[in-house]
Amino acid sequence: MVKFSEHTMKEVEAIIARYPQGKQKSALIPLLHLAQEEFGGWLSAEAMDHVASILSIESIEVYEVATFYSMFNLQPVGKHVLEVCQTGPCMLRGSDDIIAYIKSKLGIGVGETTADGMFTLKTVECLGACGYAPMMQMGMHYKEHLTPERVDQIIADCYNHK
Amino acid sequence: MARKLLLEKAHVEGIRQFDVYRREGGYAAVEKALKMEPVAIVEEVKKSGLRGRGGAGFATGLKWSFLAKPEGVPRYLVCNADESEPGTFKDRYLMEFIPHLLIEGLIVSSFALGSNRTYIYIRGEYAWIVGILEQAIAEAKQNGFLGKNILGTEFDLEIYVQRGAGAYICGEETALIESLEGKRGNPRIKPPFPAIKGLWDCPTVVNNVETLAAVVPIMNLGAEEYAKIGVGRSTGTKLISACGNINKPGVYEIDMTISVEEFIYSDEYCGGIANGKRLKACIPGGSSVPILPANLLLKTAKGETRYMNYESLSEGGFASGSMMGSGGFIVLDEDQCIVRHTLTLARFYRHESCGQCSPCREGTGWMEKILHKIESGKGVSSDIDLLWDIQSKIEGNTICPLGDAAAWPVAAAIRHFRDEFEWHVNHPSLCLTQNYGLAHYADELSVVA
Ligand SMILES: Cc1cc2nc3c(=O)[nH]c(=O)nc-3n(C[C@H](O)[C@H](O)[C@H](O)COP(=O)(O)O)c2cc1C
Ligand code: SF4
Ligand code: FES
Repeated sequence: MVKFSEHTMKEVEAIIARYPQGKQKSALIPLLHLAQEEFGGWLSAEAMDHVASILSIESIEVYEVATFYSMFNLQPVGKHVLEVCQTGPCMLRGSDDIIAYIKSKLGIGVGETTADGMFTLKTVECLGACGYAPMMQMGMHYKEHLTPERVDQIIADCYNHK
Repeated sequence: MARKLLLEKAHVEGIRQFDVYRREGGYAAVEKALKMEPVAIVEEVKKSGLRGRGGAGFATGLKWSFLAKPEGVPRYLVCNADESEPGTFKDRYLMEFIPHLLIEGLIVSSFALGSNRTYIYIRGEYAWIVGILEQAIAEAKQNGFLGKNILGTEFDLEIYVQRGAGAYICGEETALIESLEGKRGNPRIKPPFPAIKGLWDCPTVVNNVETLAAVVPIMNLGAEEYAKIGVGRSTGTKLISACGNINKPGVYEIDMTISVEEFIYSDEYCGGIANGKRLKACIPGGSSVPILPANLLLKTAKGETRYMNYESLSEGGFASGSMMGSGGFIVLDEDQCIVRHTLTLARFYRHESCGQCSPCREGTGWMEKILHKIESGKGVSSDIDLLWDIQSKIEGNTICPLGDAAAWPVAAAIRHFRDEFEWHVNHPSLCLTQNYGLAHYADELSVVA
């Protein structure tokens, strides 16, 4: 059974308290972020049902939301998800080359995960870092001003820290 | 040097901390505002001429005065920090470097509007900024600027940060409200407007980060002083996020009297085109506004200097002008392909359409497909007309302005760079390895519609 830890449940209660009585559904997106973090980087049906029961809403209300927002993964992903921006301003600064470089370095296509489960490569739309392009998001952080050398370093760091 | 009102203190050492911000004069606007009547603050904002910095440029004071005030019903202020318009990264900069300025602006604005519970809706990807804002909120609370009986008055306020989860459409104010209620970000049909029926059906004002931060200098200087900065109906200062092929991408606070030419070429701002290349085109106000070729960017169709303000950027309408929009300034050098760039934007809007209205849902998909076909050398001449036709059928036929926002970049690209599209169609293999360059600048620009 998937279930939030006691520690996370404290956070859940604090989040629900931000809204007026009876408006606890507003906590749905924050709770899905917590669930994705706590349950291995993606949202299984069990995880979503757990969130539904905490908020006293129907499971379908959770699925509806989880499928709408691009940050929620509905399938398992690698330990590190590389989300490279490909929109106009990043394209002007060479994001196509960075995507091609990562593909060949990791030997995977967009949407795929390396055999060792370390990396998933995704392309995403503008992340609000256009002036620091090309860039990608990795978990909670942005990696900006990417070059092949910087990509090598980032990937090596992931292996070194395991 | 242009006068800075928002970012003046952004690089003072430690300015993210309450004590440093306070020592630099921070929170004086709250002290002043709480001694005033809320309606008097709304009047000040009206007099200042402040226009919404989120993209539409609607008069902020006027918008505030529309807020309904039924007895016994809570009112809400929501800060729009969803910032997802390609080319735009100014709100991020403000929140990251000088978070207390936003919190201060939110306290004054919440007091003016009578909101006791104010939310900052921030795009989900700006995860690390949530921590910065929450820290600033906690410090403001410890120091009596938030919580119960602020500065010994009757005014209570809590500010909460809500993270989105990746959806451009949630920047549209009614979609944002839906999302904040824990639903899909589907825009609502207006009316009713949020000022009457917004968050949890209560009267609500949604304003951009920069708009709410600008309330602080308006309080400190007084509306009249603030309105003297800038020109005409473009009062105060504006944050511009500059990106693309320039020497110095970044966020700049401008006073709206400088010319576009100065903004691009002076060392104080963009520092010229990168790698010694020439300017080809620019989208001056975020991806949704019309792209302009260099000649129409620097001078209007009448041959007058174009300035970095609301009126001048839109001079000539869509035939030969553009818009200030969100201040996302995207510069393209001579080697960039307009078709490819437009394709990435079309893909963006297709990806971000919420899918409620068929002209937007289907039209954005078609535009992406046709642009992809032309870009990969498989287009035929009639595709350009088809593209034009599709964009014209989206505009004005949808629930929210995302449809228009998707149509305009395509329309403007064809309007000003039709010969480049035709060149792709006529050179199916050459266009895969070469760019059209600046060749067409020899001719006067023909206006399609
Ligand atoms: C598709 C779409 C996306 C938008 N995205 C944003 C955004 O990211 N940030 C923002 O402040 N306003 C955005 N807006 C504008 C908001 O709907 C609203 O006009 C704005 O938040 C009002 O604040 P202001 O008057 O202070 O500019 C968007 C509008 C549309 C139609
Ligand atoms: S115009 Fe597009 S984004 Fe806006 S409501 Fe319609 S389908 Fe959704
Ligand atoms: S286009 Fe990549 S961050 Fe904006």
